[in-house]
Amino acid sequence: MLQEESDLSLIIAQIVQKLKGSNLYSQLERQAWASLQRPEIKLESLKEDIKEFFKISGWEKKLQNAVYSELSVFPLPSHPAAPPEHLKEPLVYMRKAQGSWEKRILKSLNSMCTELSIPLARKRPVGEQKELLNKWNEMGTDEPDLSLFRPVYAPKDFLEVLINLRNPNYENGDSLSFRTHLGLIQVPLKVKDIPELKECFVELGLNIGQLGIDDSTQVPPELFENEHVRIGQKVLAEQDSAAAQQYIRQGSPTALRAELWALILNISSQPEDVLYYEQLKTNVIQHDLLVDSLIYKDVKLTASNDDYYFVFEDYLYQVLLCFSRDTSVLSHFAYNSASPPKSYIRGKLGLEEYAVFYPPNVAPLCFLYHEPSKLYQIFREMYVRFFFRLHSISSHPSGIVSLCLLFETLLQTYLPQLFYHLREIGAQPLRISFKWMVRAFSGYLATDQLLLLWDRILGYNSLEILAVLAAAVFAFRAVNLMEVTSLAAAEAVLADLSTLKVMPLLQIFLFATVT
Amino acid sequence: MSRILVPCHVKGTVALQVGDVRTSQGRPGVLVIDVTFPSVAPFELQEITFKNYYTAFLSIRVRQHTSAHTPAKWVTCLRDYCLMPDPHSEEGAQEYVSLFKHQMLCDMARVLELRLILRQPSPLWLSFTVEELQIYQQGPKSPSMTFPKWLSHPVPCEQPALLCEGLPDPSRVSSEVQQMWALTEMIRASHTSARIGRFDVDGCYDLNLLSYT
Repeated sequence: MLQEESDLSLIIAQIVQKLKGSNLYSQLERQAWASLQRPEIKLESLKEDIKEFFKISGWEKKLQNAVYSELSVFPLPSHPAAPPEHLKEPLVYMRKAQGSWEKRILKSLNSMCTELSIPLARKRPVGEQKELLNKWNEMGTDEPDLSLFRPVYAPKDFLEVLINLRNPNYENGDSLSFRTHLGLIQVPLKVKDIPELKECFVELGLNIGQLGIDDSTQVPPELFENEHVRIGQKVLAEQDSAAAQQYIRQGSPTALRAELWALILNISSQPEDVLYYEQLKTNVIQHDLLVDSLIYKDVKLTASNDDYYFVFEDYLYQVLLCFSRDTSVLSHFAYNSASPPKSYIRGKLGLEEYAVFYPPNVAPLCFLYHEPSKLYQIFREMYVRFFFRLHSISSHPSGIVSLCLLFETLLQTYLPQLFYHLREIGAQPLRISFKWMVRAFSGYLATDQLLLLWDRILGYNSLEILAVLAAAVFAFRAVNLMEVTSLAAAEAVLADLSTLKVMPLLQIFLFATVT
Repeated sequence: MSRILVPCHVKGTVALQVGDVRTSQGRPGVLVIDVTFPSVAPFELQEITFKNYYTAFLSIRVRQHTSAHTPAKWVTCLRDYCLMPDPHSEEGAQEYVSLFKHQMLCDMARVLELRLILRQPSPLWLSFTVEELQIYQQGPKSPSMTFPKWLSHPVPCEQPALLCEGLPDPSRVSSEVQQMWALTEMIRASHTSARIGRFDVDGCYDLNLLSYT
């Protein structure tokens, strides 16, 4: 059909345009030139021979992985008449809400600047630069005075903004109708129900082996685990991103996880990448940003006090400080409903690397990657693909608004008594589960369980599993929750998730609950 | 294929409802928009583009010019085209849509008038319509240029005059120049969207305030 063909050629043109500026393109060109020396390349059939050479030497696979990665990340090209804001977020009222939320944060930052008389950014004097370079690997020992810094916002503030989100064209009347939202979220986004989720997450089914369930000590490894590890090694040998993504839906063996994630996110450690990281490190040393102090404070408050993550405190500083200066992340704003705040340098407009992210979830990644530049790349790629959706207001199915609505809808539909009871005692379930979802459960689950969960996020290329897990946790503790009589008591029941096993919960909720 | 915008006059929407609009409590679920082309002769329709605003289903009727003395009749050219897969939720509610000639049920050769029938069965939305409506007709197929006579009717080949010695062969020079020109065109065409990654201005990076705009 004409329409599909023209859509396809548009997508191809867009991907080619994107790949032309990348490392891979120049490498392929170099390889093609070098291959001309080889005896099997003949002038008459030059094109076919070079293509054959690429296939054999593995370069075609690399190109396939790059294309696959582009397809997963970038949204489809939109209608030619649609303005760029439409690509970021099609619904006008959501764009407006995101804009006012950003303004609020900027105001808060600006007022913090003026109150404390600290510049947003300044160049460090040479002595200070040397000092920072010496302490680069042990920034955790530094104890700067951070008492005056307040956090810019907490998850509760963000939740309030989401609760107040309203579509002006929607019937928000007081009278109860068949579509009254009993939960906190009042926008009518399309979310999946359990039959659709079952179809979507079919590899989590009861008759399919899973890591996290079928690798426990009672199950003999010959049944599933050994074979799964063997397949994983084969996938890594083939270096095929799409196969790795399919494979990881059943979980990744611990030994292979670091490489598998790097393969799926299409990250290869080229010398250029290490150089890029060193460049960012130099930027950190030369310039001091206000955001740095906020990052310090947040890491000190959260990760340093955590039993599992305190060892990685220094790594966290190294990664987060560089991340806040990385301009290549700006390209993801094309499909993120948020916009980077701008500022004026000497009267000229410059782009401040966005100071408005809620501290992202770096700590669990430190378990996998030890080399700073690789750790940094993985973290950046995961943020740009998934985690940014947890901090901005958009109608995307993996955006935080849809996740909240999905959670509430699942709970209402499949645990109506529990939902009604919690609502009656003033403990709206979303108030408890929001903080889990907005951090992708990092800091709440045990680390090995968290990594199994993030395996599935990568495998299914969506964050919906976070909402399903949140509902599954409520289902698991339903009996205790039915007996509480206040919000505080409900929070106490759900305070400690560190003993939970993620995969059995998900499986039971999706495939084994009698509805 | 090129296309030309056709200036059209969009009449106000008319709600179709049983009973009196003022006294009945429900909101109308059907709207009709008439589109006329007062200053243009009957044309061949190529494409219709618009921005949806909470319309669930769209039908289009067309009145075409007939050569004989029979009065032009209304014919349905698009029936119940779905714009929102779930009328109760936001999916597709504010999307940009294009409809092409080949999707229509009838021939769109000599269009006089169009009538868009919008339906939104869900009672949840306060209003619905389509915006930024634009109608396109087929553009000219190839650029209308007249070729100079010597290009379309080349004279037969003449014998090249004998050159002085020491000068290179003109046909070789011309093919090399052609290759170089092709190379420069290629480089000019393949611009990339990769960033260079500078972020300070004149070596300075002193920021004091973030701007709100």
